Amino acid sequence: MLRIGVDVGGTNTDAALLRGAEVLATVKTATTADVTGGVGAAIRSVLASAGEAAGDVAGVMIGTTHFLNAAVEGRHLERVGVLRLCGSSSRSLPPMIDWPDHLRALVDGGAALVDGGVNYDGSEIAPLDADAIRAACADWTARGISSIAICSVFALVDATMENDAAAIVAETMPGAAISLSHRVGRTGLLPRENATILNASLRRLGVETVGAFRSAIAELNLNCPLYLTQNDGTLMSADFAERYPVFTMASGPTNSMRGAAFLTGLSDAAVIDIGGTTTDIGMLVAGFPRTRSEGASIGGVLTNFRVPDVFSYGLGGGSIVRNEEELTIGPDSVGFHLPQKALCFGGDTLTATDIAVASGLAEMGDKSKLAHITPELVARGLAQMKSSIEAVLDRMKPSADPIPAILVGGGSVLVDGLLEGTSSSLKPDHFGSANAIGAAIAQISGEVDSVVSLEGITRAQALESVVAEATARAVEAGAAPATITLVEVEETPLAYLPGNAIRIAAKVIGDLQA
Amino acid sequence: MTYWTLTEADLDRIALGCGILGTGGGGSTYHGLLRAKALLREGKRIRMVRPADMEPDARILGIGGIGAPTVGIEKIAEGGEGVRLLKAVEQHLGRKVDALLGDEVGGGNGIAPMLTAAMVDLPVVDADGMGRAFPEVQMTSFFIHGQDVKPAALADSDGNVLIVTEATSPKMLEKLLRAGTIAMGCSALMTTAPMTGDFVRRFGIPHTTSQAWTLGDAVINARAAKADPVEAIMAASGGIRLMRGKVTDIGRQVMAGFNRGTLTVAGLDHDQGRTVTVDIQNEYLIAFEGEQALTMVPDLICIVDSETGRAIGTEELRYGLRIDILSIPAPVLLRSEIALASVGPRAFGYDLDFIPTGISADAPPVAHYDIAS
Repeated sequence: MLRIGVDVGGTNTDAALLRGAEVLATVKTATTADVTGGVGAAIRSVLASAGEAAGDVAGVMIGTTHFLNAAVEGRHLERVGVLRLCGSSSRSLPPMIDWPDHLRALVDGGAALVDGGVNYDGSEIAPLDADAIRAACADWTARGISSIAICSVFALVDATMENDAAAIVAETMPGAAISLSHRVGRTGLLPRENATILNASLRRLGVETVGAFRSAIAELNLNCPLYLTQNDGTLMSADFAERYPVFTMASGPTNSMRGAAFLTGLSDAAVIDIGGTTTDIGMLVAGFPRTRSEGASIGGVLTNFRVPDVFSYGLGGGSIVRNEEELTIGPDSVGFHLPQKALCFGGDTLTATDIAVASGLAEMGDKSKLAHITPELVARGLAQMKSSIEAVLDRMKPSADPIPAILVGGGSVLVDGLLEGTSSSLKPDHFGSANAIGAAIAQISGEVDSVVSLEGITRAQALESVVAEATARAVEAGAAPATITLVEVEETPLAYLPGNAIRIAAKVIGDLQA
Repeated sequence: MTYWTLTEADLDRIALGCGILGTGGGGSTYHGLLRAKALLREGKRIRMVRPADMEPDARILGIGGIGAPTVGIEKIAEGGEGVRLLKAVEQHLGRKVDALLGDEVGGGNGIAPMLTAAMVDLPVVDADGMGRAFPEVQMTSFFIHGQDVKPAALADSDGNVLIVTEATSPKMLEKLLRAGTIAMGCSALMTTAPMTGDFVRRFGIPHTTSQAWTLGDAVINARAAKADPVEAIMAASGGIRLMRGKVTDIGRQVMAGFNRGTLTVAGLDHDQGRTVTVDIQNEYLIAFEGEQALTMVPDLICIVDSETGRAIGTEELRYGLRIDILSIPAPVLLRSEIALASVGPRAFGYDLDFIPTGISADAPPVAHYDIAS
């Protein structure tokens, strides 16, 4: 069965064609303003280069930064009505209080704080106030607002109120787009509500963009399901992505790291992606990127999304080398002007690439133009680049034990030999399209983060019910039930209280339903 | 009376400093800072007053949050909890309260009294009972020196108010308040018994909001000047660096609601080859090098990010973090024989006599008091 992975970036659109675990072809094309055209061209090109027919494709998986860019740049966002179910609690910090002013001005469609919500133990804070919800709906309708974010206190303990409120909104505002916080975020009211509002503001764009992807594959006569990749490197169906576009936000680096894992067969390793300007270093744990412990800030809005823990700094093939009082490499770079600016290409700037060429690690340009660079400078330059990577690596590693390193990106020629703290260094084929490959191989996940009271149930029972909910979500998203496995469980007792409440986060992953 | 009227820039500095004085605990300052700034934008004011400027018979009420931070970030405060506490206590006493203060300057509780004060336009006394963060209600210089247990009170966001009219000991009061907090959904605002101006002047740890401001200001200025924020913290606090290093291990266990564990840090730069471990019970308690204790409670062990100077809480620790372990002398009041019985190493279950690190010196008030009207 053939799978096509596509990564739609700001500059390039990559496509990869895989049969099972075999990469048949990868292509890189320029991203176009017209999404349908660019994606269509990339898919057509990758099929053609492998000589495969559209009819044999079983799935198209697309990773895109489109929604992230929209949120960061404040484009194509729609106004959102915010419904918070909280009773009297939380009124000291109303919705969007920590948003940057310019984004709030674009998105804020008015908030209603109404009776509802539950406590950590599931008991009601106040019964749901249906009349107040209907009144808020009437107000939003009158002002032309049709995307509603609903967020209940402790929705992750009990989501019933959010679901009931959604039913009332749907009935009062036919056709409204409704985003529910318990499907979007984790424990922490403000960041979860923020993520839900961001999602709601992207709903119209979600329908348009996913629609454009659909028409691109329809025009190519690809009669197969369409998926989008999400923050954790797993897939969501196109229908789900239309409703939850916010889950695509951090899929870019995730897809690259997943691709690197696939290309090397390693599940626990450091991924070092050296480009022209920056080096991005992340950790693969059990085949997935390790995530940051704190939530992601998107366009200045604090969310509690789990995003890959990637350390990025200014070292790349185009990094400018200065040998003054002390030797410095970067953080500034000649960037995409490397073919004109670097000494080895006849330019006037000493770059990291020149050091690599002078040392013999890379062959490009004209080495004779580098005759004046002393072996001593070359040796110091290489050692300095290596030790800067080693320092970051050491900071990122899960423990002091040596781990394998996967080097990807055009700048990986800057590194020679084993890095300190690593057991091996791998530079796989197709590394330039690791992101599209990561999209093509993605699986399906289900995730739940909840605070559970152990009143009347055992810890094992609580865990079981959280895992069952995560599994139900994976199946809903398209996973084959028989393939689902539990990949992550996190239990945190609540500090400063001798009570018996516990926070449980669980995540399951399964293969795509054939 | 001279007041220091806080600006948003002051609040940023105070929040940073309260984080550092939190010694790893005390909860986040994020919500409090957002709320305090919102109140200023509504036209409310937050006025600080030096303890020496309080009338001897003034009534001062200590206010702070109690409960699980995990609950507090989800069921956020309603906003009027402090006002309800104040009213309940005033009614019980039959007289007005003249000023508020925080029992605990460390973490989010360093900002908590300002929120209520802004709403009712009462001044906040620039003093507290810990000079840092501690896990239990009775661990204040106030209770150590005989603060009355009654009346103490709790209020929650739903409108419940609980007044404790008698307790057999401060430790029993802690138990009662903790139980009440659980009934209120594991997050509440609390007050201990009102104190007189004279009592606070004698037994309050002076100018700890000023100290937090000074620490935060040092960090912000160092960052702006691209200087070392950790050096700035040491210069501003009279503290020393125990070690610069990298987190290599965190052993964690939660027992009876307390986050216990041991942090292991391997030395870097000048400290290459050294290993320091720090025992944790919600806060950083004792730093050891081998068998030898370098700094022990109640002296402050503050862990900050080596690059930014930002305080690292016990829940944020993970392998690879580059940190500086700082030791700041405890306030004078916490080092006395009688104080050590409540907040010294033995109070936390260690068979160790307290050995001080550095010389205690109470923080001076910020210069703003003299400039202000």
